[in-house]
Amino acid sequence: MRALKQHKGIVAPMDRSNVDTDMIIPKQFLKSIKRTGFGPNLFDELRYLDEGKPDQDCSKRPINPDFVLNQNRYRNASVLLARRNFGCGSSREHAPWALEDFGFRIIIAPSFADIFYNNCFKNGLLPIVLQEEIVDQLFRETEAEEGYQLAIDLEAKTVTTPSGESFSFEVDDFRRHCLLNGLDDIGVTLEDADVIRAYEESRRKTAPWLFGAGG
Amino acid sequence: MAGKTLYDKLWDDHLVKQRDDGSALIYIDRHLLHEVTSPQAFEGLRLAGRKPWRLDANLATPDHNVPTTDRARGVEGIVDPVSRIQVETLDRNCDEFGILEFKIKDQRQGIVHVIGPEQGATLPGMSIVCGDSHTSTHGAFGCLAHGIGTSEVEHVLATQCLVQQKMKNMLVKVNGKLGPGVTGKDVVLAIIGKIGTAGGTGHAIEFGGEAIRGLSMEARMTICNMSIEAGARVGMVAVDQTTIDYVKDRPFAPKGEMRDRAIEYWKTLHSDEDAVFDKVVELEGSEIMPQVSWGTSPEMVAGVGGHVPDPEAEADPIKREGIVRALKYMGLKPNMPITDIKLDRVFIGSCTNSRIEDLREAAAVVKGRKVSPSLKQAMVVPGSGLVKVQAEQEGLDKIFLEAGLEWRDPGCSMCLAMNADKLGQGEHCASTSNRNFEGRQGFGGRTHLVSPAMAAAAAINGHFVDVREMMN
Repeated sequence: MRALKQHKGIVAPMDRSNVDTDMIIPKQFLKSIKRTGFGPNLFDELRYLDEGKPDQDCSKRPINPDFVLNQNRYRNASVLLARRNFGCGSSREHAPWALEDFGFRIIIAPSFADIFYNNCFKNGLLPIVLQEEIVDQLFRETEAEEGYQLAIDLEAKTVTTPSGESFSFEVDDFRRHCLLNGLDDIGVTLEDADVIRAYEESRRKTAPWLFGAGG
Repeated sequence: MAGKTLYDKLWDDHLVKQRDDGSALIYIDRHLLHEVTSPQAFEGLRLAGRKPWRLDANLATPDHNVPTTDRARGVEGIVDPVSRIQVETLDRNCDEFGILEFKIKDQRQGIVHVIGPEQGATLPGMSIVCGDSHTSTHGAFGCLAHGIGTSEVEHVLATQCLVQQKMKNMLVKVNGKLGPGVTGKDVVLAIIGKIGTAGGTGHAIEFGGEAIRGLSMEARMTICNMSIEAGARVGMVAVDQTTIDYVKDRPFAPKGEMRDRAIEYWKTLHSDEDAVFDKVVELEGSEIMPQVSWGTSPEMVAGVGGHVPDPEAEADPIKREGIVRALKYMGLKPNMPITDIKLDRVFIGSCTNSRIEDLREAAAVVKGRKVSPSLKQAMVVPGSGLVKVQAEQEGLDKIFLEAGLEWRDPGCSMCLAMNADKLGQGEHCASTSNRNFEGRQGFGGRTHLVSPAMAAAAAINGHFVDVREMMN
């Protein structure tokens, strides 16, 4: 996984609440057996005017000029500013894969859905929760100024605006540690293989019906 | 010290290691797999040279991409080549790593959240995960069950554990009794309507109260299934005699003396009298009406006797904007009666409502009646091959066919339209599934979430009606 310590990038405002993972990446693209290549289909139904199909050349499709990521000023955005309950619905990790593949590294919202929030950290994406009033302010500033950028420091847990105003955010230590260092958490867990085996042994004694049962 | 909640007990029983940084390793008893969220996980194992930690904890089946017709041809019957590759990849991965899979032609194949309980692979007190958000279904058995992403699927395969942070405890209590014609689906839609799609975020929900206690396992599964639509990854119901009776004699369930030992433990799987919840919500069962969703989020619901809302009446600007957007997408007008919504298709199925009891409820409504000629299609998709067999033994297939509904083969089908079953642009569907998101059932499709009985009533009338008016 790609490590993330600091990041500075252009902000794109996604001004709607309850953005679900079906919207982030529609189901027809989940048929892929790969982890990459989802970027062109990120927000497919909002971004294009036609119905998207897997393995299409998206550069030839009619685009929706009103959609935020189709506007020139936001095309190179790497920070997504969003509303309440971002990433709700399906557990599909294809959603963070698509956001990451498009070029996003940071998502800022007043709240995230639990599974999506967790999936982001596995893919070098940092979801940041800020208070609704602050998110409102960032929306206003982003829309007012072309090329508006935010600077994020995961070590210091801060988001800093171009005027130097800084907001701190919370993130739990384990996730922060893994993202700062780009760690594979399977490797970290397997350092405790003996502890897992010991748990299994005691569980085999207290709840033997949980082991070896088959239809 | 206060007593423990059911979630506290399940957490403690599966805690392998509490780390200093606040994260914890939680042991996973059962891992269910399907074709959509597993290929990249198996590929990850292969690339790292890792093997599954414990084979017998895993059970796989293809469900999302499978066609619901022409199943005798097996994988060859999947017309879409991309879908076929995904199902073949699951077969190949399970064969290579030695994981038990109910393949497409196996009678035990079905929607992963239907076959787990059906096989007794879902047992009270288990921790259960699957790369699918509707894994919360299994919480109906007093399990700690939730959806995970593909990286976590790989993590569970490799370590039999998950790295977790403990959630908060929430109790949703449904008091009293439900009225006739009001089902588990109506209860959960009413709950989501009340607390919102983020109402349970960060919490494990326990559903309790007299109304929940009185429900069958099927209805409890429907309720826990949609916990995720209330924002909670985990939804649970305490174990009682209904749970214990349901599990009895299922293929994976313990038998004889082992069963007696298990029952002793299962009976402890309820919240203590003095347990403290971080959040408590109460509803009166008698006040819950049959529900219909009118918008593009599961919280956008109304009783069947109600109206589509007027955005002008909403004070919160973000919510108002959401209503305006939803009504535009759904092609509905503010203040129109729910019963004026006309339908193009009806879908009875999905991991929410495709079990035998769901099919019985729908059949009871359509029996001796005919599907409205104004509909393009009404289909019934059983949740598993075994549900299909049972329904046919009970003659339900004939009731559906005589009424003019299609009787299909098992799979996820039109719930998310990854196979050939989908809505056309602008079409309205009365659906027993779980999500009414934009495009969920097909590009431009308009989903209305309802119970099987309400979907059946809508099929007969071509628009929504209060199913209670059709009951004797």
